[in-house]
Amino acid sequence: MQQLARGEQKVYKRKKINFSVGQLISYLVLFAWSLSTIYAMFWIVNNSFKVSRDVMNSSFKIAFDPVMVNYTNAFDRINIGKGYLNSLIMSGGTVLLVLLFGGLAAYVLSRFNFRGRKALFSILYASLLIPAFATVVPVYELLIKTQLVNTYFGLMFPQTAGNLTFAILVLAGYMSTIPKELEEAAFIDGCNRFTLFTKILLPISRPAFASAAIFVFLWSYNDLFSALIFVNKEAVRPIVLLLSEISSQYGTDFGLMATAVSLTVVPVLIVYLFISKYIEKGLTEGAVKG
Amino acid sequence: MMKGDRKYIVMFLLPAAAFMSVFLYYPFFKSLFLSFFRTKGFTTKTYVGLDNYVRMFSDNLLGAATLHTLELMFYVIVFQVGIALILAVLVDNITWGKGFFRTVFFFPVVISGTAIALLFVLFYNYQFGLLNTILQNLGFSKVNWLSESTALKAVAIPTVWHYVGFYFVLFLTAMTKIPSDFYEAAKLEGITGVKKTFLLTIPLIMSDIKVVITLAITGTLKVFEFIYVLTRGQNGTEVLGTYMYKKAMVDLNYGYGSTIAIYIVVFGVLLSLLANRLLKRDEITY
Repeated sequence: MQQLARGEQKVYKRKKINFSVGQLISYLVLFAWSLSTIYAMFWIVNNSFKVSRDVMNSSFKIAFDPVMVNYTNAFDRINIGKGYLNSLIMSGGTVLLVLLFGGLAAYVLSRFNFRGRKALFSILYASLLIPAFATVVPVYELLIKTQLVNTYFGLMFPQTAGNLTFAILVLAGYMSTIPKELEEAAFIDGCNRFTLFTKILLPISRPAFASAAIFVFLWSYNDLFSALIFVNKEAVRPIVLLLSEISSQYGTDFGLMATAVSLTVVPVLIVYLFISKYIEKGLTEGAVKG
Repeated sequence: MMKGDRKYIVMFLLPAAAFMSVFLYYPFFKSLFLSFFRTKGFTTKTYVGLDNYVRMFSDNLLGAATLHTLELMFYVIVFQVGIALILAVLVDNITWGKGFFRTVFFFPVVISGTAIALLFVLFYNYQFGLLNTILQNLGFSKVNWLSESTALKAVAIPTVWHYVGFYFVLFLTAMTKIPSDFYEAAKLEGITGVKKTFLLTIPLIMSDIKVVITLAITGTLKVFEFIYVLTRGQNGTEVLGTYMYKKAMVDLNYGYGSTIAIYIVVFGVLLSLLANRLLKRDEITY
């Protein structure tokens, strides 16, 4: 009897050891992959505080006496501040347009019963298959004709159209889960369809709107292809375009390149740390279904 | 239906429909239309029937771009999806630090591809780049990372790294949706560890793996920034996106550029259908 008990204990013990060795290896692998992100970010920010010669010769050393010359260069010579402003205006504008029009369309598609509703959904799903490559030439022609090329609207309008599909599918998916009784009660209380939307649907769907907004902003902010074609003049060019030009124009100024990358990445990192919860939530609620 | 609903349906759908018609559907069909023309700028165009499509099939550069895209797609499916799956399995099995890893792994997704590409410009630089500095410190000779033989692989690394976190989160979410009694039953049968992963977890999230592979395929067809910034399509890295850009926006050959764009769409649809056929499985509902 005693022996049996001891035997059992042994098995239990061995299992536990296996378990923790597995855990240990898991953590090693996971930390190694995290390091690829964390160290890369540290390396780039660290080097942004060095003159180019030091970036080239000793990129691993920590910049104990940081120099700001790259930062003054970034703002004075390549006018990165203006690039930021342009990006914020255009991507912010795109998000507003997408949420407003996408929200209204999603409301109709999820809460109204009418003929052709299914067909509209099919058209939406089909438009997910249209990449920017397949629209760029005619859109460019259209923007030239309407003199919108190299204006803020020249990027906002095409990007709005490109992101509406995703936003409508995410928002409609969320809105269709809201119980109908809520609307009926409000309707009896004298709300019309428009006040129903602003007073009931909009507040309840806030999480979906938040995650759609985040993704639309990111895609717009990071979209080099459209920016390269529709808004490439200095007065309107967004930050991604500036970044791509740095490598060809200042390809030897390593310090400046490190600074430009840092200046684009660090604000995103800070915002990200605050909203990462919403991003992942949004991804799991909407993006997959979309 | 409530009274006057028709008015609201039209009113609410109109703005979105207008934007999408003008900047998405109309341009798409216009591209299709343009692919049958020989163009000179936007002013003159002559109908040439299927000439552009005939040219496409004898265009060696397009063939090369297609092969490069497929090679990149292979790396993306094997490594991006593979690493994401491994990381998700590992994170699903650990007890603490889940939130930390989720946040860190997802972070590259929110950075622009252009910024990541620029970071890798600094890594790959022949004379002073990070990689060659390491090699020299270890006593090896420098490597030209962006040469003909390695450039496509060098470009594939940031491409893969960028989106691993995206698929990781999708996989992890799918895994947390698996009811715990499945695992408890498996435990009673003595199925644990690696066996559990292969016999239980992966089959149960097969439909998500299918979605992810489809996303990876269509995503690879859109790859543009990494190649544009790192190599400009030189040294055997031209992909469909950069080649279309070159033909349409650099050579200003709108007709042929549109033909390539249509080719990209058709190629993408065919590949997605193929992937869905190959990965056909019964949907599992809990």
